[in-house]
Amino acid sequence: MVNYSLDRTFAALTDPTRRAILARLEAEEQASVSDLAQPFAIKLPAVMKHLDVLDEAGLISRSKAGRTVTVRLNPEPMREAMAWLQRYERFWSKGLERLTAHAEAQERAARAAEAKAAKARGEGQ
Amino acid sequence: MTSVTLVRRIAARPAIVFDAMTTAEGIAAWWGPDEGPVLLAESDPRVGGRFRVRFRMLDDSEHESSGEYLQVEKPERFAMTWRWTGDEDEGGHSRIDVELRAIEEGTEITFVHSRLASEATRVSHGEGWTGALDKLVRHFETAAA
Repeated sequence: MVNYSLDRTFAALTDPTRRAILARLEAEEQASVSDLAQPFAIKLPAVMKHLDVLDEAGLISRSKAGRTVTVRLNPEPMREAMAWLQRYERFWSKGLERLTAHAEAQERAARAAEAKAAKARGEGQ
Repeated sequence: MTSVTLVRRIAARPAIVFDAMTTAEGIAAWWGPDEGPVLLAESDPRVGGRFRVRFRMLDDSEHESSGEYLQVEKPERFAMTWRWTGDEDEGGHSRIDVELRAIEEGTEITFVHSRLASEATRVSHGEGWTGALDKLVRHFETAAA
């Protein structure tokens, strides 16, 4: 497995235009550069720049046939990024389960102590 | 923008949940993802105060994390920087924000671990993972940068 740089992946994904390009490639499998540029109110060179960033992060691959450059999604770095985020989610999810059990036991103990104190006050009157 | 958010409801009042998360005694009672013991817990819950916890998991691996409190408003919220000890050379701190909202049954906790990309230097390999690409794209579509 190629070791993609996660911070490079995340950095590439911070830009909304680049995310939109990836979402489109996910839906359409492949697209030409001019097709990709079409929905955006930016010039082709700016789109090319975004594609360079995505390419460097390993998120897309480009192939040239004649004058047409075809762009495809490479999902592997996103899979790795997702797996990495999910690992944190599992870690904290398990931790919060244990926190919940502990805090609820503390709450029951606090209520028992409060009930006892209230009863003692009642008997003292 | 790279963050994990968890929302849970706990049948305990916010002040009890707050203490369970920010006092050394509280942290020692539950910290970690499994039944393994907490080996060390230090916490000074005031702005600028330090936090450090070390735990052993059931697979015998030991892990330590530390950070500094950025915000402490008992019992509603606290925030801290966070990092795994040993990662000092690998990027910056991530951040944890916890909000505790009083609800009828006790507390609704919103736990956010953010700026994870600043730690994103170690890649988890070999974990079972099934196609969640669309989920990831949605995640990044909705998480405004």
